[in-house]
Amino acid sequence: MAREEIRIARDRSPLRMIGTPYASIAIGSLTTALPMIAQAPLLPPFGLLMLLGWRLLRPELLPVWAGIPLGLFDDIMSGQPIGSAMFLWTMVLLVTELAHLRLVWRDYWEDWVVAILSILFCIGGGMLFVRLTGGGGSPLLILPQITVSILLYPPIARFCAMLDRWRLP
Amino acid sequence: MARPPDRRPGHSRRRQYSLFASYVIAMAGALVGLLLVIVAAFDPTAFSALRAIGSETTRAFSAGLSGLVSGIGSIDDEVVAYWRAGSQNAALRREVEANRTRLIEADAIEQENKQLKGLLQLADSQPYQVANTRLISSSASSTRRLARLNAGSGRGIRAGMPVLAAQGLIGQVFFTSPNTADVLLITDPQNVVPVRRARDNIAAFCTGRADGTLEIRAPNTGSNPFHPGDIMVTSGTGGLYRPNIPVAIIVRTEGDLSIAVPLANPSRVEVVRVERPFQPALIAPPQSAPE
Repeated sequence: MAREEIRIARDRSPLRMIGTPYASIAIGSLTTALPMIAQAPLLPPFGLLMLLGWRLLRPELLPVWAGIPLGLFDDIMSGQPIGSAMFLWTMVLLVTELAHLRLVWRDYWEDWVVAILSILFCIGGGMLFVRLTGGGGSPLLILPQITVSILLYPPIARFCAMLDRWRLP
Repeated sequence: MARPPDRRPGHSRRRQYSLFASYVIAMAGALVGLLLVIVAAFDPTAFSALRAIGSETTRAFSAGLSGLVSGIGSIDDEVVAYWRAGSQNAALRREVEANRTRLIEADAIEQENKQLKGLLQLADSQPYQVANTRLISSSASSTRRLARLNAGSGRGIRAGMPVLAAQGLIGQVFFTSPNTADVLLITDPQNVVPVRRARDNIAAFCTGRADGTLEIRAPNTGSNPFHPGDIMVTSGTGGLYRPNIPVAIIVRTEGDLSIAVPLANPSRVEVVRVERPFQPALIAPPQSAPE
């Protein structure tokens, strides 16, 4: 108990408490700046995975409109048409909000199912938007990326929980 | 896990209104996002100023790291080269012998070519080269096939310029910022390259398939004149790419289509060269080209 008391007494700056989720999601979006020249969409969308990790861990942290600035930043970094993640991420935030209201008891598995549906929606929708703007290719192209993203969700959720412990007093 | 503290506002009017406002803002933002995508459908390079800010700020990071990791992409080649050193050495020696005579022949042909061009007064007065630079990052998480150059409009690079590596064609510049430029790789479906078979003159169009391969389509349907192993080079039609840049090698045929792989793999090339368009008068910028 003593240890708990010390942790509560410690002060955290508001920047750290409020800014950590936003900063970690933006850093996830920044992974496309890594020096790899990909021939196919292989890099999982880390920004989206971080968003889902935070959203499902702590639904009250991100307001539903947080997808607008975060999505815009992701679009700027990812090379997707601008507006794509803005739309898709906001829809994910709205739908997860509904899921929180409907699913009274949520567990690890329910969270993962919600995350899987969101990943399918965002990667599939992203591809649709690219096709709309002149790019594209076969829909099979995104299967590896979807698979990797689904498998990466649990470790990323744990990582968000770690960040959350660091963030809070 | 029990239900997390939810957002239901209870009886407080203020909280009810602010919750309602957050939904309204979110829906409006999503609609704006959709509108922006629709704008981008008509003008793919729209909002490039926004992208320019992003690419300029991450340039130092990408360029620094790419200096550290260059060569990792070809590490498998290096290992295999060690493994097969003896037999490879002998094979390469034979090849060098064979190539030497052909080089001498090619030199003679080049001389002759120059004389003939002189007779026709077809001199290429300007050099093609604009800048030599490196690829530093790419749209690795998107189905768009874009790669970023470590040089931009500050060094004379303009949208639409062809980008080449020593092994062959890489793509064309899509949009530029002062110190970076994004290249639309030839493997992107939006990029169409007029090509011809290297050993004769059968023309075709080469389009990307977004997965690192290309499809070669002969202009007359019904018969596919190409076979696996055929090498395609640019034909110079359209005026963007100068003739005889190596593009791809055909690996298999599927009815009317031939599937090819690019000769220059962007993940392995060290340095790329940006060139000016072959005949600028003939071409329109890429964004206004008809689909």
